[in-house]
Amino acid sequence: MQLIACPWCGPREEIEFSYGGQAAVAYPADPASLSDEQWARFVFFRDNPKGPFAERWVHSAGCRRWFGAVRDTRTYEFLSVGPLSATTARTSVLPEATP
Amino acid sequence: MADTSMLVRHPLETRRTLLAELSAELDGVALELEAPLAAVDLRLDPAGPGPAAVAEVAGGPLPPQPDTWTGLAAGQALRLGPDEWLLTSAAARPEDWEFGLDEAAAPFGGAAVDVSAQRTTVRVRGASARPLLASGCAIDLRPASFPRGRCAQTLLGQAGVLLVALADDDLQLFVRPSFAGYVVDWLVDAAQEFRRPS
Repeated sequence: MQLIACPWCGPREEIEFSYGGQAAVAYPADPASLSDEQWARFVFFRDNPKGPFAERWVHSAGCRRWFGAVRDTRTYEFLSVGPLSATTARTSVLPEATP
Repeated sequence: MADTSMLVRHPLETRRTLLAELSAELDGVALELEAPLAAVDLRLDPAGPGPAAVAEVAGGPLPPQPDTWTGLAAGQALRLGPDEWLLTSAAARPEDWEFGLDEAAAPFGGAAVDVSAQRTTVRVRGASARPLLASGCAIDLRPASFPRGRCAQTLLGQAGVLLVALADDDLQLFVRPSFAGYVVDWLVDAAQEFRRPS
């Protein structure tokens, strides 16, 4: 089984962890002004890159702490782990506003 | 007024004799139920002066390293996370233990909560204790990497446990009472291969 390096507990089996989806998805600056489509895009739409992907993971069977990881979606290799605040710049999944 | 005379019993009290009988037939493994402990979950900023202040009340230092434990006057301090400790005491009453620690932690923004009923303890002793646990646990339990002073929250079989290394041939298992039956069943099953040849 694959080992995932928890920043606190060290390498542990993958079964101890839970996946938290894409990391650093920015909350809309003004949620009330979004259209339904824009809100759905924020809630449901995520990147699906082929290659390094910044994700959230939680060590649910261990220290129960969330952390950020960059994983290569082609090889499943974990390229780096670290605190959530350190996972790349916050990205917005919202479409560009059209005038 | 609440009846405080009721004794806290181990959730697996009915299996105590069964475990003792089995342990007598095993070679190098003994399974025992431990007496209920007072346990408090402490959340506290590890960087500030809080841990030192709590340590005075707890009767011993809090472990500074991840996944380690230190001895207290009548219990243990186990590091569960960056800002989380489990403090046990075999001597204090749970409510007193919680009250004292919470008073010490509160000025530093911390909190202590009585979790005595959250976990129950099982002791696995003997030269074959580690091989027995290793058959259902993924972490490296060899004495070199899991020596006395280490603890780890991990999975044993399918259940989450807190493993504590008390000595090379003495390990303590904290498990939720609702999972304790499963864990002991699992231990009894795994222990069959350590039966003394008859």
